[in-house]
Amino acid sequence: MTVLARPAGPSRSMAGHYRFRHVARMEWIKLHSLRSTWCALVITVGGATAMAVLIGRGTRNGAGDLTNNALAGVAPGLLFTGVLGVLIMTSEYTSGMIRATLAAVPRRPLLLAAKAAVLGVVALVAGEAASFISFAAGGAALRHGIAAPSLAQPEVLRAVLLAGASFSLIGLLGLGLGAMIRHTAAAIAVLVGGVYLAAQAVGAASLGVARYMPVLIVANSLTTTKPATCSPHAAPCLHFLSPWAGLGLLSLYAAAALGAGAWLLARRDA
Amino acid sequence: MIEARGLTKRFGPRLAVDGLSFDVRPGRVTGFLGPNGSGKSTTMRLILGLDRPDAGQARIGGRRYRDLGWPLREAGALLEARAWHPGRTARGHLAALAASNGIGGRRVDEVLGLAGLTDVAGLRAGKFSLGMAQRLGIAAALLGDPPVLLLDEPVNGLDPAGIHWIRDLLRSLAAQGRTVFVSSHLISEMALMAEHVVVIGRGRLLADAPVADLAARAPSLEDAFLELTGASTEYQARRAEA
Repeated sequence: MTVLARPAGPSRSMAGHYRFRHVARMEWIKLHSLRSTWCALVITVGGATAMAVLIGRGTRNGAGDLTNNALAGVAPGLLFTGVLGVLIMTSEYTSGMIRATLAAVPRRPLLLAAKAAVLGVVALVAGEAASFISFAAGGAALRHGIAAPSLAQPEVLRAVLLAGASFSLIGLLGLGLGAMIRHTAAAIAVLVGGVYLAAQAVGAASLGVARYMPVLIVANSLTTTKPATCSPHAAPCLHFLSPWAGLGLLSLYAAAALGAGAWLLARRDA
Repeated sequence: MIEARGLTKRFGPRLAVDGLSFDVRPGRVTGFLGPNGSGKSTTMRLILGLDRPDAGQARIGGRRYRDLGWPLREAGALLEARAWHPGRTARGHLAALAASNGIGGRRVDEVLGLAGLTDVAGLRAGKFSLGMAQRLGIAAALLGDPPVLLLDEPVNGLDPAGIHWIRDLLRSLAAQGRTVFVSSHLISEMALMAEHVVVIGRGRLLADAPVADLAARAPSLEDAFLELTGASTEYQARRAEA
């Protein structure tokens, strides 16, 4: 039996240690070898672009925040990278793959870090693609003599870039939730509840807290190019976070979920 | 070489593994026998660091599993059939695991050939029959050409040709000086495959002896096994009635 000809005594020694790059390579192969990954990313880009075109065609007032309009598909589109993040972790438990994965990589926080790095980069690339294509398509769809916004205008490039980054951050939030909760349906429920529904409920109950809700940060802090103007008659007036404060808070949410996920992953039986 | 020392694992009020100590030596196939629910799988999971023991420890080649430098090149394991994502191909599954331990793509093709899966390597593994699933699990265990192998019920779902194949494979691996630890509840299969057996019941060690010695104590290995484990299965039956 030629493939097993190498003598394998107890004396056989192996130098070195598996490192982050080995684990990240495994996670990259896992991610790109599934058709569902590509489906989720294509729908993310396509959906955000379609929404931008629809809103662009319907726009009649050129004085509004046209960039924010073109990026309207970002907030709902976040669901796809968020769910992708959840599935990267929970599908390991559903299929039993987690046992093979942890037998190959017993250092569990390193495993989660590698998953986060691979997902973070993939979702960032897809998110920026969704954001820039939406921005271009939304501008091109404008009619009624309204001039399309340009990336050279103040705050516009920042809004488009941060919209793309939000896909990555919500993906990482999903990954952290997946590691904490381990069951697909429950983790997606918490993701959707936390990102979307809580914003509605909390927003209705307390306007002061609404600005800390993920979906409102994306819609009203990251992707705006003009400060919201409050008419003096509309009280109370909502004050949203600045774009960079919003980005910081979203990052904090993702980091907290990943930290808790890593802590639980390292302590629980697989 | 696998060493278990005082391994203990509790699930709620139930003691699944109870102060288990044994050595699995290289150069022979060691069978791991016990009635259903006796703690065989839990013991394997403790050795692989998947579950955390409440007391005691296990070592592979003198080190805890989580301290191994290249785990797949030092120990290969088959724990359950279908420990992979059903949407991934057999080759994709093995390629991902190989990458984590710096194992080259050529070795992936080698183990696919060894397990007789070359022709189906590009198919999604979710469509595999139980027999093919076991073969893919064994291919994964052999990926790192490891000196230590742990296989939990590897003959489950295999047809007679598959059982013959795995018996020959494990015996030849042991003959090369590897440590081969195989659990099963099929005594007749163990009688053919193993030279040494570790028998447990209710998580406790009942015997750690050469197959020939055990078989000599009773008309057959099966009789010896039933005699050894009789007390623990009776106990379980009483518990179930109560």
